[in-house]
Amino acid sequence: MASTTEILGAAGHSAATAEDVAPARRHALLFTAGGAGLGWLLACALVAALVLLPVLSLAGHALQGSGELWPHLLAYVLPQALRDSLILLAGVGVLVVLVGSGTAWLVTAYDFPGRRVLGWALLMPLAVPTYIVAFAYLDLWHPVGALQTGLRELLGYSNPRDFRLPDIRSMWGCILLLGCVLYPYVYLPARALFQMQASGLIDASRTLGAGPFRCFFGVALPLARPAIAVGASLALMEALNDIGAAEFLGVRTFTVSIYSTWVNRSSLAGAAQIALVMLAVVLSLIALERWARRRQRYAAGARQAARLAPRRLSAGRGLLAAAVCALPVLLGFLVPAGYLLVEAAKRFSYAGLEQIILRETFNTVLISAIATLAATALAFLLAYTLRLARTPFANALVRCASLGYAVPGTVLAIGLLAPLAWFDAFIDSASTSLFGLSTGLLLSGSGAALAYAYVARFLAVGSGGIEAGFSKIPHSMDDAARSLGASAGRVARRVHLPLGWPAIAAAMLLIFVDCMKELPATLLLRPLNFETLATHLYGEAARGTYESGAIAALLIVLAGLLPIVLLARVGQGSATAPQAGAAAAVPSV
Amino acid sequence: MKAVQLFRRATLGAACASAFFSGAAVAEEINLYTTREPGLVQPLLQAYTARTGVKVNTVFMKDGLPERVASEGARSPADVLMAVDVNALVDMTEKGVTQPVKSAALEAAVPANLRDPAGNWFALSMRARTLYEVKGGPSSFTYEELAEPKYKGKVCLRSGQHPYNTALIAHLIARDGEAAAESWLRGVKANLARKAGGGDREVARDIMGGLCDFGLANSYYVGLMRSGAGGPEQQKWGEAIDVVLPTFKNGGTHVNVAGAAIAKHAPNKEQAVKLLEFLVSDEAQAIYAKANFEYPVKQGAAVDPIIGKIGTLKVDALPLVEIAKHRKAASLLVDKVGFDN
Repeated sequence: MASTTEILGAAGHSAATAEDVAPARRHALLFTAGGAGLGWLLACALVAALVLLPVLSLAGHALQGSGELWPHLLAYVLPQALRDSLILLAGVGVLVVLVGSGTAWLVTAYDFPGRRVLGWALLMPLAVPTYIVAFAYLDLWHPVGALQTGLRELLGYSNPRDFRLPDIRSMWGCILLLGCVLYPYVYLPARALFQMQASGLIDASRTLGAGPFRCFFGVALPLARPAIAVGASLALMEALNDIGAAEFLGVRTFTVSIYSTWVNRSSLAGAAQIALVMLAVVLSLIALERWARRRQRYAAGARQAARLAPRRLSAGRGLLAAAVCALPVLLGFLVPAGYLLVEAAKRFSYAGLEQIILRETFNTVLISAIATLAATALAFLLAYTLRLARTPFANALVRCASLGYAVPGTVLAIGLLAPLAWFDAFIDSASTSLFGLSTGLLLSGSGAALAYAYVARFLAVGSGGIEAGFSKIPHSMDDAARSLGASAGRVARRVHLPLGWPAIAAAMLLIFVDCMKELPATLLLRPLNFETLATHLYGEAARGTYESGAIAALLIVLAGLLPIVLLARVGQGSATAPQAGAAAAVPSV
Repeated sequence: MKAVQLFRRATLGAACASAFFSGAAVAEEINLYTTREPGLVQPLLQAYTARTGVKVNTVFMKDGLPERVASEGARSPADVLMAVDVNALVDMTEKGVTQPVKSAALEAAVPANLRDPAGNWFALSMRARTLYEVKGGPSSFTYEELAEPKYKGKVCLRSGQHPYNTALIAHLIARDGEAAAESWLRGVKANLARKAGGGDREVARDIMGGLCDFGLANSYYVGLMRSGAGGPEQQKWGEAIDVVLPTFKNGGTHVNVAGAAIAKHAPNKEQAVKLLEFLVSDEAQAIYAKANFEYPVKQGAAVDPIIGKIGTLKVDALPLVEIAKHRKAASLLVDKVGFDN
């Protein structure tokens, strides 16, 4: 998985890994620690195993199936699922790349009114889960909703039967809505890359007389390709694994088919089979993209630190640029959040604040924080081991550890049930035979199981980002510290932790937001009497009492917003620090 | 050692969290796993706790309830398994996570066609699949009619794969065979005004919005909308439609149920059975009718006036277990016809 090595921070020059090692040496390195203590590699292998366990258990389910369902699936289900998935991915892909990289380019390369605010405001849609944005627009856009009612009054129609806009419950609606909330996955790494890496070439092309469009399409965009590819692959995996928005909008993706095969056709084996096929397709697409740019090297920019000087735009163009950047914020955040605010206020005046919601907010923040700390620690371990070892084996371990993000949450949760049960059975029987004391269920149905699921699912978000952050720390620093006698662990603590902090913080915040929004695994794995904001909202939505869920939905968005504001601050503060490191970077290997 | 330390800390944290969250089963407490929405279950459980002092711990899930109970195995803390939709109840039974119960109170209260013959599950409340229609539509209707070409472009429906619809289709298969059900589905598909999707209440909203004139949706939503329990917005949707209790040609109305079972390894089986018996008592059946706008299963228990106004429910005589036998065929048929595409 590409995302494992390069995500979000997207320094882009991590391309220089094992490929550059001479074949003979590569062979020798294959199963050795290659500079890392064996302990580091073992710890990594353990992490990879923990993530692989649910996938393997899924494979176990798949093998139990006879495959009798496949003729039916091939004839009636998969062609449609494939078509819908591909259209959705293509549409969302184009949208997130255009919006994400376009706005990133505007806020980096030009100066216009509102640029500073928009620079971080463009991240805000990250706080809005897809199922919330879908629901909000469904309500607003509906013929009896606020928008069309107002429009009818304006145009002098009294009855929706005389005039109405096309129904949003469609493929185009789904593409637009997902695009609106997922583009920050591209915006974030693209902006980082434009800010730090592309300035020299951009300045050169400007000097040589290239116009603004040529600069963007001819230089900036190709240069940012690794960052954009990684961001887009994250966004696309989110889109493909989404079930909430797809369910609301009537789009039949692979994930929806997996789900209905499991639930309606009572075939967990069949569902596991489709899920594994989908996983294989996703992994090959990512491999294909990497293969397509295998001969490209992006290391040049890492060695110079000149920051791209934004050009001041004329008043008219400046306003246009501001409008272009404001539109995604408006559609992806302000409209849905404003809608929730109004609905929550209505609900509040109607029924007051339920006490239980405070408890749920606490639960949500607590479990997300625990999972975030664990995932970040493990991601740090993975990224640092990869830096120490840089062997194909270590690389493979890190990729395995990031597999969870490519599997839909429901499926991952189902896959987790069996390993949790094995663990509990093992401890229970060991304890019974040793001490005559039954431990019952330790992990199954516990908060720890939930944290495990979050970590397995979102580890990729962390390890990729941290790795990209590390790539800006020159290896000469490691070498200097090690030659002065510091252990690998001490170097990690004294060099990589402080220097990589912006990237680590960014990874933490992204994982936190993802955990807060997570629904399917939370529903299935959580303990008795343990509600989070997302499960509360789902409970109300399942009953159809959406209004009662408005306050919970608003709280999810607000709690997700805080880390994003922090992330924006860290991002601004970090703009110089890693650059200084990158300035001194020596070419790797 | 930073990373290793962090790792250790994380493991320790996870272990603490585990000890903190995992609630071991204690006497005088029952553990309930439910796919029924908490808002619909809590009033009943509160009444039970108020009456008996027994605390009921719950976890609400969507899908995967039988899978979770099965993987927890003999150590599972689950006592009562509650589910909406007959298919889900039969599914739990077939996956072996329930146990048969003998209880005179349950058998007396729940009619034979609304429970498992072996006593693995019992229906606790019913909902009818009703017709929502534009004001002034026909006052009687058959499910079969919905496929007639004269309703082309006038029908709104949620996903054909939704359990509420697959149960209805399974019912059609059980009555008239697969071929007839298929041509019915094709007819309804041809009549759809928009893609099949969304929820039942959206049928009312879409009729109000002029997207369509007819649609099938569950009876209790009428109560939730019209009573104002769902807020003033939905009250308008509820008032914008007429509601009819359709029947099969020469038959009754299709109903589905919410029900419960005793978990196979229930640690507190005795208490669990008592909870089930409470749920079919007059007191609880009245809560089902009043708070949830459902039809009580117990003979003679009153329905809410809003629901009573729809008409007199004549339940189709076919036992639910017969319908559930065709649930997989129904789901496959929905694919075959491309109903949701």
